[in-house]
Amino acid sequence: MLTEEEIKEITTELVHAERKEAASIEALMVVQKRRGWVSDESIRDIASLLDVTPDELDGVATFFNHIYRKPVGRHVIALCDSMVCWSLGYDPLLDLLRKKLGVGFGETTQDNRFTLLPAACLGACDRAPAMLVDEELHGPVTPEMVDGILQKYK
Amino acid sequence: MEKMLLKRVDIPNSADIDVAMKNGAYSTLATAFGMRPVDVVNEVKRANLRGRGGAGFPTGLKWELCSRVPGSLKYLLCNADEGEPGTFKDRFILLQDPHLLIEGMIISGFAIGAERGYIYLRYEYPTALVVLEKAIEQAYAKGYLGKNILGKGVNFDLSVHRGAGAYICGEETALIESLEGKRGQPRIRPPFPASQGAWRKPTVINNVETLSNIPYLIAMGADAYAKIGAETAPGPKLYGVSGMVNKPGVYELPMGTTLRDIIYTHCGGVRGGKKLKAIIPGGASTPILTEQHLDVTMDFNSLVAAGSMLGSGAVMVMDETVNMVNVAYVLVRFFAHESCGKCTPCREGTSWLYQVYKRLMHGEGKLDDIDLLLYICDTVKGKCFCPLGEGAIQPVLSSIKHFRGDYEQWIKSGKSAHV
Ligand SMILES: Cc1cc2nc3c(=O)[nH]c(=O)nc-3n(C[C@H](O)[C@H](O)[C@H](O)COP(=O)(O)O)c2cc1C
Ligand code: SF4
Repeated sequence: MLTEEEIKEITTELVHAERKEAASIEALMVVQKRRGWVSDESIRDIASLLDVTPDELDGVATFFNHIYRKPVGRHVIALCDSMVCWSLGYDPLLDLLRKKLGVGFGETTQDNRFTLLPAACLGACDRAPAMLVDEELHGPVTPEMVDGILQKYK
Repeated sequence: MEKMLLKRVDIPNSADIDVAMKNGAYSTLATAFGMRPVDVVNEVKRANLRGRGGAGFPTGLKWELCSRVPGSLKYLLCNADEGEPGTFKDRFILLQDPHLLIEGMIISGFAIGAERGYIYLRYEYPTALVVLEKAIEQAYAKGYLGKNILGKGVNFDLSVHRGAGAYICGEETALIESLEGKRGQPRIRPPFPASQGAWRKPTVINNVETLSNIPYLIAMGADAYAKIGAETAPGPKLYGVSGMVNKPGVYELPMGTTLRDIIYTHCGGVRGGKKLKAIIPGGASTPILTEQHLDVTMDFNSLVAAGSMLGSGAVMVMDETVNMVNVAYVLVRFFAHESCGKCTPCREGTSWLYQVYKRLMHGEGKLDDIDLLLYICDTVKGKCFCPLGEGAIQPVLSSIKHFRGDYEQWIKSGKSAHV
């Protein structure tokens, strides 16, 4: 079930929307912001608020890279794997993150603190290699900086 | 050249409306509203402004097509999806001078007769979302957005629509689908958005940088504007330069500056004094060039003549240490992941290319694989529903064309790389 707060926030988003359906991404994000991910149950609940079928909404949710249909950790690390980041140190950075976190792409640490994901170009090529942790951009990230960055997220 | 688009970005707190206004923001609205909408369109046509999002379509012509469609409900969409790998130029305006974009959108909306605007912003720019929403709120508070702007009877409402991570949503018809709340898969054209776009209403879609040119273009007039930069595509251009250069960043230079000037004069040359090997001039989908192309001027026509494209003006620089097979692999991986899956040549073609490159990177390639790659490209070329598929094969074709030696050497060596 959606919380009252979630319903209120989604309803506010509908004000900007030409049709209810247009708020699909925002509505999914409202839930994801609070719960970290979007469950099947949430898909059904949001769909009924937006007057679309759950399958239609799931079609939208699964289309996008940053709507998570599986549980994630408290923090999501999106490591840019595109051209410029790759050329300036993506490989060693990925190795280091794998070692420190003990997980690979698509996996969550045992303490549920981090999920590691690859990201398409973050638009931070001037700061390569770059990664987005939750909503914060880090770059250029050198191996020496990794501990300090991870420490910021509890 | 005196800076225009980046004039305010270095001023502290430039995203604040009072600071922006002290430095000229919203000062062109009165000029524009003193003209007839059709005159604004004609001014943009005369200035020969071409879209900065990638395709270089003449902005005035697009506006004219839309403004001539009867009906009062029209939309103006700003493409702030900036997903083409290598591209980060719009980010500077979004974060540091949102009021330039908003002013540009108000004037553009007035010109085409649209009273409703949206900025489609990529998920990966969460800070820009906060900045833009604050800027829009400030603009409403000052009466620059909403009803009866400047008491001139002009109405314009604006809000941000966030994406959720999909490169294809930068393609204009996919953007519209996503704006409407659907999966972001492209639509067949015609009808073109100018006649039937968002919610089947006439719609103009322009890139952030294109719209940000408008206040300056109208303030200085088409004649003066057309004197800047290349004759075939005048104006200032934001070049986002990254990779193995000493000073990566966004540089505002006259359209048609040479690659040599950009890389060596403005960006301080190749890092560590190394030798330049390859340049991607306009984002991941534009064909790779070599050091032989350093004197090509960076504008739409010259780059086509040189066998590439200006794209988004995202210059990626690679030095002699880079293995071009690996470059093509990384680019193809991106396209295979981001293909929207709607049409077979692109969906299958990009994933087969990716499979072959994986094999090459694992040291299991054969010399015949070069021909296999070319063959797969041939099954994609000219057969896709939207331009993504065509873009996806460019890194393959151009890397084989200019660096076949890298492929042969890599395959013969039997080495495998970290992937
Ligand atoms: C796959 C694909 C991705 C695109 N991504 C963007 C983008 O992120 N930003 C953009 O402005 N244009 C992008 N475009 C180009 C748009 O379709 C469209 O041409 C452009 O937004 C029009 O604006 P302009 O005329 O001002 O350049 C993309 C095109 C394709 C085919
Ligand atoms: S070319 Fe690719 S991205 Fe474009 S419609 Fe076909 S599958 Fe989708």
